[in-house]
Amino acid sequence: MQLEKFSYDNKIVRDFTIASLVFGVVGMLVGVLIATQLFAPELNFSIPFLTFGRIRPLHTNAVIFAFVGNAIFAGIYYSLPRLLKAPMFSTLLSRIHFWGWQLIIVAAAISLPLGLTTSKEYAELEWPIDIAITLIWVVFGINMIGTILKRREKHLYVAIWFFIATWVTVAVLHIVNSFEIPVSLFKSYSLYAGVQDALVQWWYGHNAVAFFLTTPYLGLMYYYLPKAANRPVYSYKLSIIHFWALIFLYIWAGPHHLLYSALPDWAQSLGTVFSIMLIAPSWGGMINGLLTLRGAWDRVREDPILKFMVVAVTAYGMSTFEGPMLSLKNVNAIAHFTDWIIAHVHIGALGWNGFLTAGMFYWLVPKIFKTELYSKKMANVHFWVGTLGIVFYASAMYWSGVAQSLMWKQFNDMGMLQYPNFLETTLQIIPMYIIRAFGGTLYLVGMLLMVYNLTKTMMAGKLAANEEAEAAPMHKDEKEKISHRWLEGKPIYFMVAALVVVLIGGVVEFVPTFLVKSNIPTIASVKPYTPLELQGRDIYIREACNSCHSQLVRPFRSETERYGEYSKAGEFVYDHPFLWGSKRTGPDLHREGGKYPNLWHYLHMENPRSMSPGSIMPPYPWLIENTLDISLTPNKINALRSIGVPYPEGYENQATDDLMKQAEAIALDLQKNGVPAEPDKEIIALIAYLQRLGTDIKANPVLESR
Amino acid sequence: MYKEILQSIEGVSVYPIISLIVFVLFFAIILVWMLKVDKKYIKKMENLPFENEEENNFNNTGDLYEKKV
Repeated sequence: MQLEKFSYDNKIVRDFTIASLVFGVVGMLVGVLIATQLFAPELNFSIPFLTFGRIRPLHTNAVIFAFVGNAIFAGIYYSLPRLLKAPMFSTLLSRIHFWGWQLIIVAAAISLPLGLTTSKEYAELEWPIDIAITLIWVVFGINMIGTILKRREKHLYVAIWFFIATWVTVAVLHIVNSFEIPVSLFKSYSLYAGVQDALVQWWYGHNAVAFFLTTPYLGLMYYYLPKAANRPVYSYKLSIIHFWALIFLYIWAGPHHLLYSALPDWAQSLGTVFSIMLIAPSWGGMINGLLTLRGAWDRVREDPILKFMVVAVTAYGMSTFEGPMLSLKNVNAIAHFTDWIIAHVHIGALGWNGFLTAGMFYWLVPKIFKTELYSKKMANVHFWVGTLGIVFYASAMYWSGVAQSLMWKQFNDMGMLQYPNFLETTLQIIPMYIIRAFGGTLYLVGMLLMVYNLTKTMMAGKLAANEEAEAAPMHKDEKEKISHRWLEGKPIYFMVAALVVVLIGGVVEFVPTFLVKSNIPTIASVKPYTPLELQGRDIYIREACNSCHSQLVRPFRSETERYGEYSKAGEFVYDHPFLWGSKRTGPDLHREGGKYPNLWHYLHMENPRSMSPGSIMPPYPWLIENTLDISLTPNKINALRSIGVPYPEGYENQATDDLMKQAEAIALDLQKNGVPAEPDKEIIALIAYLQRLGTDIKANPVLESR
Repeated sequence: MYKEILQSIEGVSVYPIISLIVFVLFFAIILVWMLKVDKKYIKKMENLPFENEEENNFNNTGDLYEKKV
């Protein structure tokens, strides 16, 4: 048979590798900074751009989409052509993909500290960047599918299945969750409101973890672990079953992020059931990875690459067991809103993603630079420093999560809350925050060692930019006896099948909530926000107050005692986007309205420690100095009306006047109490919003269910 | 907007049930396929990552592998 000559592009692999390393260091550095701010809030230097709320999304986005994202692409651009015996479809598309993705990251790194955010976790970027992500994702898709179509290998190895599923699902997730109505170039409102928005967001959030942090990494595991261990995967059959089970089950489990929320009960139960079922395929994957090393454990002792991979796969097993446990309502009641969840995600991020990336890069870089790793010893040191970092990080967070949660729920003999002051529970866990920051720093040191080691390796070798290869072309008339050709032999069918499986879960979750009115009982006294409150709400979003404060009182006695009436679905019908939050670093704010006088909020925002000594909330002095930008008020009213908020026709013309009137009343009240407040400042709008929070149902507590 | 579109579909509530059945059937087919699949195919598949360089043919039974003859 005639062999065809072609070459593999290693330059793109190197570029994505370097980008991943650089952004990995930046993302983790920001992580260490925000971890430190939690016990030393003055480390925001009173600069808005360095405040926790604004740079926490910078940390998550940098680590997920820049560090992990670039590592995925590096891994795929190396393995995909080799598994298919064909070069990438288009070198130009590879380059566009690379530079486009880096530009998006830079745009994120600029816009997030500026406070341009949609507030939806892991989807914070505003609509122009969302569109850019879509375009670049399509470029990546064309490049990948094109390569698959002109391959020389008939069969698609299981890793490629994972890559295809990743591409299809992330596309669906990103588009559905990004439906928003633009107000200006840098501001938009989610098309969905309240409970529906929460459901879509956590369907997205959960599956972003599944299809950005898990399935592509399983694909990488199925390629690089056998390569590093120099033996085939333990069970190929298991990998196929585990693939289909995983992508089908994952997509349904999103509602477990909303247990005990205002989400309808049936949806919560659905999330729990599917989360428990997820243990099976997840552990199938872990077992398959670990057993690939059977008989090679002696090499694990010597080889840092295998060490990283073993710990990565083990961390994957641990967090995929912990996840379903956290989806049980009784466990979730304790863990939700606490540092336990932070520990859980970091087992996944630092252990599974971080260590698999390290193992992959230590293997990959010497390969494409045709040399040996600069220092195996240093890689070993990285492994131990990183592992210690994870241990410090996770144990501190587990401790603080459980301790704080139990303190929140503790009643005394009199039947009163033992710790009625939220701050008391925060001060209790400060030592844990210090240990966590230390663990994170250790992990970062390990990263720096890797960067040094790989840089030295790259300098010692020479990049084989175009690696020559040859293979026989695929024969169309080749007789194929194997029965699965209908699926695996035809990648487009395969893609459609994966898409259908993924959509099924989404449809089942969404259709009923969107259709059945009784799922969201409306409350007659719940009214749209006034223009000033709306502006205040947008400041709340800009400063990402929802990073640390939930707006969701769960139906527990410990919470209704502390915060007030539990949250009802009907209270959020005008919340575009929803602001339930996912973490209570500070207390819940859903019943904040009317709890304190305006003056308290004014002084508290100026310097939280003046009202709550020892508070770890950063000061927001710029809210008092900044003049509120009211130029967009009519646009905002129009945009919200167009997606269903019942502002009367023509109200946009009157909105500015109403806004000024309400602002003057609040300013007057503040002045009477002795602070020099001016009505046109941002603080006034924020106070108006905070004072409105959760007060609507007090006006008329009768539920009107339609 | 999406509400109206969905509501205009006749009998939309039966779709989730259909989709569940479709999946279970699909999964059953995969299982059966895996139980009956040709050993040679599996062997070929699991060796795909290695075909480019070394002409190694791994056996999948234990700790050692043999060179292809």
